[in-house]
Amino acid sequence: MVRSHILVCGGTGCTSSNSLKIIEVLEQELSKQGLAEEVKVVQTGCFGLCALGPIMIVYPEGCFYSMVQVEDIPEIVSEHLLKGRIVTRLLYEETVDQDQIKSLNDTDFYKKQVRVALRNCGVINPESIEEYIAYDGYQALAKCLLEYTPEQVIQVVSDSGLRGRGGGGFPTGRKWALTAPNKAPQKYVVCNADEGDPGAFMDRSVLEGDPHCLIEAMTIAGYAIGATKGFVYVRAEYPIAVKRLQMAIDKARKHGLLGKNIFDSGFDFDLEIRLGAGAFVCGEETALMTSIEGNRGEPRPRPPYPAVKGLYGMPTVENNVETFANIPQIILNGAEWFASMGTEKSKGTKVFALGGKIKHTGLVEIPMGTTLREIVEEIGGGIPNGKKFKAAQTGGPSGGCIPASLIDTAIDYDNLIALGCMMGSGGLIVMDEDTCMVDIAKFFLDFTVEESCGKCTPCRVGTKRLYEKIEKITNGNGTMDDIDELEELCNYIKTNSLCGLGQTAPNPVLSTLHFFRDEYIAHVKDKKCPAGVCKSLLQYFIIADKCKGCTACSRVCPVDAISGSVKKPHEIDTSKCIKCGACMEKCKFGAIVKR
Amino acid sequence: MKTLAELQVIRDKAREKLTVREDNREAVRVVVGMATCGIAAGARPVLNAFVDEAAKRKLGNVVVTQTGCIGMCQFEPIVEILVPGKEKVTYAKMTPEKVARIVADHIVNGNPVMEYTIGSMMK
Repeated sequence: MVRSHILVCGGTGCTSSNSLKIIEVLEQELSKQGLAEEVKVVQTGCFGLCALGPIMIVYPEGCFYSMVQVEDIPEIVSEHLLKGRIVTRLLYEETVDQDQIKSLNDTDFYKKQVRVALRNCGVINPESIEEYIAYDGYQALAKCLLEYTPEQVIQVVSDSGLRGRGGGGFPTGRKWALTAPNKAPQKYVVCNADEGDPGAFMDRSVLEGDPHCLIEAMTIAGYAIGATKGFVYVRAEYPIAVKRLQMAIDKARKHGLLGKNIFDSGFDFDLEIRLGAGAFVCGEETALMTSIEGNRGEPRPRPPYPAVKGLYGMPTVENNVETFANIPQIILNGAEWFASMGTEKSKGTKVFALGGKIKHTGLVEIPMGTTLREIVEEIGGGIPNGKKFKAAQTGGPSGGCIPASLIDTAIDYDNLIALGCMMGSGGLIVMDEDTCMVDIAKFFLDFTVEESCGKCTPCRVGTKRLYEKIEKITNGNGTMDDIDELEELCNYIKTNSLCGLGQTAPNPVLSTLHFFRDEYIAHVKDKKCPAGVCKSLLQYFIIADKCKGCTACSRVCPVDAISGSVKKPHEIDTSKCIKCGACMEKCKFGAIVKR
Repeated sequence: MKTLAELQVIRDKAREKLTVREDNREAVRVVVGMATCGIAAGARPVLNAFVDEAAKRKLGNVVVTQTGCIGMCQFEPIVEILVPGKEKVTYAKMTPEKVARIVADHIVNGNPVMEYTIGSMMK
């Protein structure tokens, strides 16, 4: 009989810090101690607290071990599992309260979270259909097929107020309602798992941690709109997600939860995976469908909308992974339950991928309307190294920045749009005072220039010209006219591009221009980068009073730009200096500054 | 999958195996001394007997865990049973044979088996 379960995170984050090896060694050690029959090792999806990975939870005690190394395993097995002595040095400090172990849900990172889309991630073994069923899996599908008409299903989804979690925020119920009445020989349900925003990984986590949830939701969508076939378009860069999803599809078919006559209701549905090559534009719905059809991933003009003419010219519903992940819970708990969370026009919860200059990087799911301050300071644990919060970037290359002055903004679709930001897929990148906002705009533009598919001119040429202009400014060659032209070009690209990629590509520039115009002006007029990031505008100096003449800097300088004799203050020849920063790193006395 | 009943069967069966992962701060705790002295005196079969007995009776609210040496090695294997809201009961010189009765009388019916407790042995 099994008396203890050890849950080890098998998400991409923890896997890349060796959690698979940990599982292997754990199983070896357990059999060596004769515990293999008593202790079960379970590989789960992502827990969300990626900053502390690899993560391990031991039940029944509920001990949360963080940053576990392979070398720690023999100790965990012989001390904790054999003798019952908890290895306190590996416990996450926030779960220890006066020698008592607190539940993980009472820690700052988890206590404000409400997990709907992520409810099974880090809780069940994603490769076991039984564990999904144990936590009410496929109950929602049974309820739809056996109790509801398709119209009733759409009504519940509409009443819940669920909006698309992939970026646009279009009401999901309305999308389904628009597709359902269209008659066609074949209709399709497509899941957009082409998560492309830099830093966003919630869709991957759902695929890796709870793949059956997606299968169940897509089948429900198929029933609601009268489609019998579905496709999941997922990028090939997500190998663990693809593997687990395929495994889940196979198991669902074996249990008759996909295929013909599901629950004896006469409804047929089946799913296939399509792998994408990782082009950002394929996250745009029409480009995605073009890619599934086997063509080069380029967007098509809308209308006709996919609801009328989508995949293979047939009516199609396309939603993203996180949107689908909410569906079974909405069906089971009712529309009112879902609508009771969130703000007036943004219902439910949203998953954010916290990244950048923040202590707890990872995945968090919070009710809509949570303020940025709560996310950054409480859940995220604040900015490391005592730095100041400067801005948060949402929506990736299509989004914008929220400056520190607006940190009390309640995050929902409409508030973000009012600020010139966008929910996007939920990447939330936190920036501290050492971040240059012009450089950030340049970074995202570099990405869109690279990812523009080239079909329409405003996007293909416009983003490139935009990039060149910003580069000119960061190199110190910009003029005030350039700033005005930037704005004009941005608006032109926004209004004339064919698809969402081009229409939103200038957002990072517009948003930083709006909130941080003074930084642009500093780059142009004073030829200075206030955050000290833009290399061309920086110069390194030695403060003579602090320099002890240890010669460490002159020895490390790759271009011999530093001169001076021993025990005398040194000097940097700025004409020779390549601004590599090696001297600053080497100096023990803090005598070298950049400005 | 043809009926809801089929789904419920899988669900209930799978659920039983997952009780160990649920929030169990309200559960009855069976704590077995598993230091070197305990193991040498035969604590492991006792621990397994508790796990088996709890599973046999489908007692979802029982957590079996181990602890280190509590300093009375001559009485090992020692087992403590903590029922929420009641005083701790300590059993000494445990054997797997004694387990069934403790589970039935103490955990299920709330009557500690006095003759197995450490108090009665120290008299």
